[in-house]
Formats: sequence, C-alpha cells, structure tokens
Amino acid sequence: MLKIKNLHAGIEDREILKGIDIEIKPGEVHAIMGPNGSGKSTLSSVIAGNETYKVVDGEITLDGENILDLSPDERAHKGIFLSFQYPVEIPGVTTTNFIKTAINQKRKSQGLEDLPAKDMLKMIREKAALLEMDRKFLSRSLNEGFSGGEKKRNEIFQMAMLEPKLAILDETDSGLDIDALKIVANGVNKLKNKDNATIVITHYQRLLDYIVPDFVHVLHNGKIIKSGGKELALELEEKGYDWLK
Amino acid sequence: MYLKDKLLASFMAFENKGNIDLDSKVHDIRTKAIANFEKQGFPTKKDEEWKYTSLKNVLKQDYSVFPKIGTTVELKDVKKYFLHEIDSYKIVFIDGAYSSFLSDTTHEEADVCLLSAALKKPKYKMIIDHYFGTVASTKDSLTSLNTAFSKEGAFINIPKNTILEKPIQLLFFSTGRESEVMLQPRNLVIVGENSHVQIYERHQSLNDNVVLTNSVTEIFAHKRAIVNFYKVQNDRKAASLIDSTYVHQKQNSIVTVNTFSFGGKLTRNNLVFNHEGEYITSNLNGITIVGDKQHIDNHTLVNHKYENCESHELYKGIYDDSATGVFNGKVVVKQDAQKTNAFQQNDNILIGDGASINAKPQLEIFADDVKCSHGCTIGQLDENALFYLQSRGIPKKEAKALMLFAFANDVVEKIKIPALKSRISKIIAEKLNVELGFEI
Repeated sequence: MLKIKNLHAGIEDREILKGIDIEIKPGEVHAIMGPNGSGKSTLSSVIAGNETYKVVDGEITLDGENILDLSPDERAHKGIFLSFQYPVEIPGVTTTNFIKTAINQKRKSQGLEDLPAKDMLKMIREKAALLEMDRKFLSRSLNEGFSGGEKKRNEIFQMAMLEPKLAILDETDSGLDIDALKIVANGVNKLKNKDNATIVITHYQRLLDYIVPDFVHVLHNGKIIKSGGKELALELEEKGYDWLK
Repeated sequence: MYLKDKLLASFMAFENKGNIDLDSKVHDIRTKAIANFEKQGFPTKKDEEWKYTSLKNVLKQDYSVFPKIGTTVELKDVKKYFLHEIDSYKIVFIDGAYSSFLSDTTHEEADVCLLSAALKKPKYKMIIDHYFGTVASTKDSLTSLNTAFSKEGAFINIPKNTILEKPIQLLFFSTGRESEVMLQPRNLVIVGENSHVQIYERHQSLNDNVVLTNSVTEIFAHKRAIVNFYKVQNDRKAASLIDSTYVHQKQNSIVTVNTFSFGGKLTRNNLVFNHEGEYITSNLNGITIVGDKQHIDNHTLVNHKYENCESHELYKGIYDDSATGVFNGKVVVKQDAQKTNAFQQNDNILIGDGASINAKPQLEIFADDVKCSHGCTIGQLDENALFYLQSRGIPKKEAKALMLFAFANDVVEKIKIPALKSRISKIIAEKLNVELGFEI
C-alpha cells in the first residue's frame, strides 16, 4: 500500500530524514519508535504532506501512485490520515461542522454529492459511541478548551469518520491517562480491517500493549537502525535506545 | 470651489431656508459649531489623530451638500439591507430625507421617529434641547460640521422601565441620483432608567456614484440602562463614511457598540465613551474585513472618570490586497477612577502582500488601584493550523477561510440578535469568498 524508498527530507538546509525505506501492506500495523529528535514526527509530517518539510530525495507511493507532488488535502482524499501530536484549536467551528466539511470535501474530490444530513448524523452518532465521546463535545468549537485526552479522542473520532486507508498516529499516547488510552486504543483496533493500515509513532512501549504492531522500526538520527516484530518494542523498553546505538 | 468654502457658504442658505428654529438652543449650538468648523477646517495628516488617514482624495469631489430629495426607492430593491426577517421599528432615510413609506415609527411604548419632526413638537423639543450636542465633541471639526448642518436623523427616546423587544433599524440610503453627494445624518438616542434597547445602523449606497457620509450619533444611557448598538458598514466601493458616536453613561448602565466594517472606500469610526457614574460597563467590539485599496480607521476612546467601572474592547481585523487600517484605542483612567477594569485587545491578520495596519493602543492611567491591560497582535495565518485542516481533506483556500472565520468568530458570538448574527456570518463568509459547507 505505502512504499517509502530512500527518503531524504528536512527543513531548509538541515537534513532530518537520511534515507528511510519502509513498506506497509494492507492490514498491517507498523510501530515507529525512537528517541526524541530522531525524526519520527518529521516522517509523519512528510507522509501527510506538510509543506514546511522539503523532500530532497527518494519517493513515497500510495498504491503505486507517487504522492509527493500532492497537497495535504489531496493526500487526505486518497486516504491518508494523520492524528496530530498537538491538535489545533479552531474556535467558532464546531467539531460536527468541521467533520461535515472534511467529509464533503472528500466526497467532492470523488465526484460525489454531499452526504445527506440524516446519514451524516447517524454516522457521527455511531462513531462518537465507538470512542465513548460525550455528544456535547461535538457541538463545541473544535478542540477549544479540550483537555489533552479529549483532543486525542477527537482525533480518533475524526479518523473513524474519514475511514482512511492509512492512518498515522503521531504520539497519540502522550497526555493520555490509562483509561483514555484504553478507549483510544480500543477505537483504533475496532477501525482496523484487512484493507487498511496503521503507523503508530511512539516514544514508549506502553501504547503498543493496546495497539499491537506487526512490525516495529527503530528510528535514530534520521535512519531506521533496526526493524523487527512486536518483541522488539519490549526489548527496547527494557534496554533503552542506547542499546542500539 | 473647495468643499470647505462651499459648506460655509451653504450654511447661510441652510439657515435662511427655515431649517432652524431660531429660538431653540439647538440654533445656538449650530452657530458655534459652524464657527469651529470654519476655524479648524477639515483635518489633515498633520493632526495627530489623523496621521494615518488622509481625507484628501475624499474631499476633492464636488459634492452636492443639499442632495436633491424626492427620489423613491422600491422596497424590493433595498429589502436585503434590512433585517427583514424580524419584527422591528425602522427609520429610513433616502438621500438624507425621511422615507415614511419604508419606515415604521412609534410613539407608543417609546418614541422612535425623526429628529426634525420631534423638534416641531414642544414636548420633544424640550428633551432635544436638554440633550442635543451635550456629549458630541464641540472641538472635533467634522462633528462640528455635522452639528451645524444637523437637520435630519433618528430621534429615539426610550422612557424609563421600558424593555423594547423590537430592535430599531436605522437605514440611510443614497440613491446616486447625483454623481457626488454628501450626507450628514444626526441621531439622538436617549435610554431611560432600567430600559433596554437594541439598535442596528447601516449606511448604504444604491449605485456606484460617490457619496460621503459624515454621521454623528449621541447616545445617553441612564441608570441601569442596557444599550446594544450594531453598526454594519458594508457599503459599495465609492462610498466613504465618517462616523462619530458619542456615548454618555450613567451609573450601572451597560452600553455595547459593535462595529462591523466590511465595505466602503474610506471609513473612519470615532467612538467615544464618557462615564458619569459608578459601576458602568462599556463594551466596544469590532470586526474589520477589507481588501482592494480600502481604508478603515477605528479610533476609540473610553474615559473612565468614576470608581468601579469597566470597559472591554475587542477589535479584530483582516486585511487583504492593499487595504490599510488604523486602530487607535485610547483608554483614560482619571485619578478618581479607582477599581477600574479596562481591557483592550486588537488582533490583526494581514493576508495581502500590500496590506498594512497602524495599531496604537494608548493607555493613560492616573489612578493607582486599577486593572488595565492591552494587547495588540499583527500576524499571518498559522501554517501549522492550516496544515491541520488540509490534512483532513480541506483544500488550502477553504482552510484559510475557515481559519479567518474562526478568527473573527469570538466577536460574532457577541451579537445578541440571532437574525443579525447569521447575517454577519454570511457577510463574513462572502467576504472571505468561501462556501463554509454548513449552516451557521
């Protein structure tokens, strides 16, 4: 589904990613771990199309199509979703209206009419239940005054609504207490199927107890220095990153 | 002939036309006002208060200072400028003359009528003599000019203990029958003790001929009165507006003036609050969204003279293309005004490469036990937030518009008339040139 080949990217003159190769197949969960500053968030930003980062070499394809020339919204329309480490607050736009706009923009890109209000409402209700979200949140301004946990839950709610092919969860566990973590992980697991894939970016092994990866990659200094199965995460937890350096 | 000379010459003709009741106090005020205007003339960029706003281009037109009256306007052509979906009182002027056909006045629960008619009735004349010209500046040359020629405008007199459920709409249309016209409406609003009123004001030209409006409004809020005033400025590109609004507040009154500036060639808003009592609240809110070469200047002044009063000011501006703006917010806290809470915030986003804003918060505090703050920001859209919206599939143009909409929204949220709130939201969406994809 997603192929990353020899990816070099950075900000201005500073190279942060120094040759990344990953292949992700439908139905798989990949975890990307690594210490602070290793390039984890850069990688997720580059896949999602953040224009702050410049790709200097390599390629990223989704289902065989080169996506590097696509804008972030076009990538979203193709099925890429990024759950942000720090979701942005948008005062004055309710979560419901925001997600309606997002869904209808996607439909527009596919040549479809707007989703009828009734169907939209039903879908919102179902997905909110999945994340055990209080419906009151949905009529509040997007992320405004939300706690860290509420913001993350809202991210996964949006993911549930948009039904992406490839979801990237960037430090979704940060700022979550254990109960919220379980709910969020449970939501992610329920959304998993044989046709979609997930990249979990995390600092700690904790989240991987709940979202169990098929593959674990260790990112260090802009390169993947080790890949393995889920047991690699446990080993890292025990020995720390220094063990691999 | 220069506009100033033309106006001075016209004043004699104006008096001789019998526009003025020579016995009234108003006559005296007018005579002094024209003398002040003659002495000062129009402000230039040499005046500190006009440093960033030049009237030069606006004043070089050959204005007709007594517009031809008698032009009729069909309701269907102007309906969209009214808040037509709600029940309201209306005072409508066409080229400076009262339109009884489009208006809906009253003398029942309150007096909502025109100033000239009120002056002819002894019981109102007494009231007008008592209030007229007492809070409007006698030093400001443009206000003096308006005072000198004040003939027509709204007279709103709410007796005490009256909660006026219906909002009052003040509409000033110019038909463009003449190529350049100058209008000088003058409004007087008196709100009695414990009374509530909501007022919507709009100046609108109906074609692209040049119009200059020099409007003055005096508002008197008695004890515990609540006044919500909404100014909607969304005029065509050939129209310029100088609006001076003076508010006089008594103890425990709450007056809110909301200024929505979207249109026009040059707009200057002078908004002055004077406190005459304790526990007064003054709210000043504004949204400016302009583009092209539009110019908007918001000058505000809050005079805190008594203890335990508060003022809250929030102005937001979005400037596109080569639009220019001025925000000059002055807050004076006099020595006796202890326990004052005065807050001021002015946030601006520049979208256009040629856009600029001159922002000047001015706090003059002479009391020592007060809470005062001011903040001013000028910036561009947050790239990270844009990326967030785009990553959800919202294209850049719509994402930008959504963010600008969100930026302006906390001021929109303060609108207490639902029909007006949705109207303003729609104008903002139009101005930002975007389909928001949902009902507001």
